[in-house]
Amino acid sequence: MQFDFNRNHFELFGLVPGFALDSAALEQAYRALQSQVHPDKFTHLSAAEQRASMQWSTRVNEAYQALKSPLNRAQYLLQLQGIDALAERDTAMPGDFLMQQMEWREGMQEAREAADVAALQTIEAEITDTAQQLRAVLARQLDEQHDYLGAAQSVRKLKFMDKLVVEIHDTYEALET
Amino acid sequence: MALLQISEPGMSTEPHQHRLAAGIDLGTTNSLVASVRNSVSVVLNDEDGRALLPSVVRYSATAAPVVGYAAQCAQSIDPHNTLVSVKRFMGRGLADITDAGSFPYHFVDAPGMVQFRTAAGVKSPVEASAEILRVLRDRAERSLGGELSGVVITVPAYFDDAQRQATKDAAKLAGLNVLRLLNEPTAAAIAYGLDNAAEGIYAVYDLGGGTFDISILRLSQGVFEVLATNGDSALGGDDFDQRVFCWILEKSRLAALDAKDTRLLLTKAREAKESLSEHREVSITAVLSTGETVDLMLNATTFHEITQSLVNKTLAPTRKALRDAGLSVDEIKGVVMVGGSTRMPRIQAAVAEFFQQTPLTNLDPDKVVALGAAIQANVLAGNRGEDDWLLLDVIPLSLGIETMGGLVEKIVPRNTTIPAARGQEFTTYKDGQTAMSIHVLQGERELVSDCRSLAKFELRGIPPMVAGAARIRVTFQVDADGLLSVSAQELKSGVQASVTVKPAYGLADEDITRMLRDSYTHAKDDMQMRALQEARVDAQRLMDATQTALDENAAELLTADERNAIEAAMRTLQGRLDGSDPRAIKDAAEALNAATHDFAARRMDVSVREALTGQRLDAI
Repeated sequence: MQFDFNRNHFELFGLVPGFALDSAALEQAYRALQSQVHPDKFTHLSAAEQRASMQWSTRVNEAYQALKSPLNRAQYLLQLQGIDALAERDTAMPGDFLMQQMEWREGMQEAREAADVAALQTIEAEITDTAQQLRAVLARQLDEQHDYLGAAQSVRKLKFMDKLVVEIHDTYEALET
Repeated sequence: MALLQISEPGMSTEPHQHRLAAGIDLGTTNSLVASVRNSVSVVLNDEDGRALLPSVVRYSATAAPVVGYAAQCAQSIDPHNTLVSVKRFMGRGLADITDAGSFPYHFVDAPGMVQFRTAAGVKSPVEASAEILRVLRDRAERSLGGELSGVVITVPAYFDDAQRQATKDAAKLAGLNVLRLLNEPTAAAIAYGLDNAAEGIYAVYDLGGGTFDISILRLSQGVFEVLATNGDSALGGDDFDQRVFCWILEKSRLAALDAKDTRLLLTKAREAKESLSEHREVSITAVLSTGETVDLMLNATTFHEITQSLVNKTLAPTRKALRDAGLSVDEIKGVVMVGGSTRMPRIQAAVAEFFQQTPLTNLDPDKVVALGAAIQANVLAGNRGEDDWLLLDVIPLSLGIETMGGLVEKIVPRNTTIPAARGQEFTTYKDGQTAMSIHVLQGERELVSDCRSLAKFELRGIPPMVAGAARIRVTFQVDADGLLSVSAQELKSGVQASVTVKPAYGLADEDITRMLRDSYTHAKDDMQMRALQEARVDAQRLMDATQTALDENAAELLTADERNAIEAAMRTLQGRLDGSDPRAIKDAAEALNAATHDFAARRMDVSVREALTGQRLDAI
């Protein structure tokens, strides 16, 4: 009878595993679950119930985080296939991608030194566009072609771009103060 | 629903099964207590009809501490013993207080948290806060006509773990059962959102006496979801006073002042600031103890100039919060203004300009936090109303541990929805290393020295292995109050160590016991009676909860034997309730808790199933 605490994130929310995901359904299932298990619903109950509630609520938050963002979701899908996309031995990246990286990085550096916010925004928009296209590729790799190694490569590229965007945001902050 | 109804003390109470609960806004400048009565959240006034309690505590050698207006009046004549804005020092060491020289206190550098030398002895910010909470508790109990079953206490969203823990300790010291620590902007959002049936994305701009918070929330179908929060836990109305104070010194060419004159001019500065919310210019006059006089005119333009950098200091976190939420200004449907300092026209104009819309000021910015806290307290105490909502909050600052080279590795990033748990694996760096020191930090910077140290503990007994062979998993668990506990385990050998993040900045249980004892020498109360009373209340609460659970699900989830075991534990506890030993009651309550462990887990499974299928268990 015991509900399996360890079932996978998709099953937890009653969703079909896949990169393409009905985000409204995910959100609805997440809210429905938290409405049942959140610690705020148990403050007037026993310590045992409060503990169980915290564990469940934590678990539901973790699952939601893993599925909500496309990048995390792809990583999780690969993990279900036994692939750790970010394992260090696989970090060799194609040359053209590295070139592109370097260009962005140099552009950031120059914009930073010139305190040129508009230039930063242009680079950010460019990265966001490229990431958008890559996510479409990733969707095909995962859901149609089942090309998991290719997908892992895409995940690594997206991770790089994510980091760049974070750095750009940090730069905005540095320029603001 | 009209939220701002002020009630008189001693008015009628609600039906018996209703659990008395209150929301407390423990503010830097003023504190308030509110409660839900007849489905309406109301601020509870003192006997003179005043809602606000100035957060000022005056200690004396011979009498009990004085809290509130009477203490506030004494701040200029007795500045060393009259503690003002004590919230600024919660969870802070002396080294954190960069402007210690501008306060008229005798600071005592104590491990963890700064303390004050007063006529009544050395007092910590936690003890002073507990005095304020006791007054609010008495007010609520008198007004509601019974003992409080629990309270929700609000804290700035940007409070770190040490500050939250200190607040919880103060409540414990005041004998309060804390149902939840609630973030102030979130509390305001509840009051505002329920009152206006608001849907969409809102920003809450909360500038209080000593703290600034900005929270971005999504309100949708009864869910209050915090998307991002940011702020500055040492920025508020006090700093505006300080700027005016410095301006007075400069213009009047005054040299160093004694404590009384400092306090006098700070008070004048605050009055001038408040008056500028209504007038274009104000006069500032004072006669100092040295015979020197102050006679100045301050106009809005000058005030604007001397406080411009403070206003900008609130906009930087606002930009960060929006960026973290992945939103732009035009996606914000409304901006709710909270905190007395948002009365300044200066602030309202800056916020309007930033968000390109007129901010919402229809709820009293001094009261909205307490009103929201009361609504949440009412629900958490188990008084379910018709409307049910869900609150999803986040941690404000990233949590991490120290790694090689004095760097911080983030484990739980800021704005993670709580409760949350994250784990990370680390390894040994020397052959034969048998212990590993784990240093827990909070903050956004990369260097250990730039983050707040929360705790240090050691994992010992790791079997000797070559460097890099051990696998040490460090797990962070953040609960719904935003408080952290950390455990570490060596996975190959199973060696484990854990710590609730408390020792570095929080109070140990012995400290609380000692402080309680000290406080009762004044109050003529009996420690033992108090402990017994508390144990009985807790036990009764547990038995009620267990009975409810049994009534609901015992038939489907428990075997006859299991049910008998739980009922036997309840009988044992019942039998001890009339005894006079709090320890015996607590032990029996613990045993009952243990007996219901599996039952609780199964009940949770049922809830999860129902949520997923929308069906009753018997239909599955």
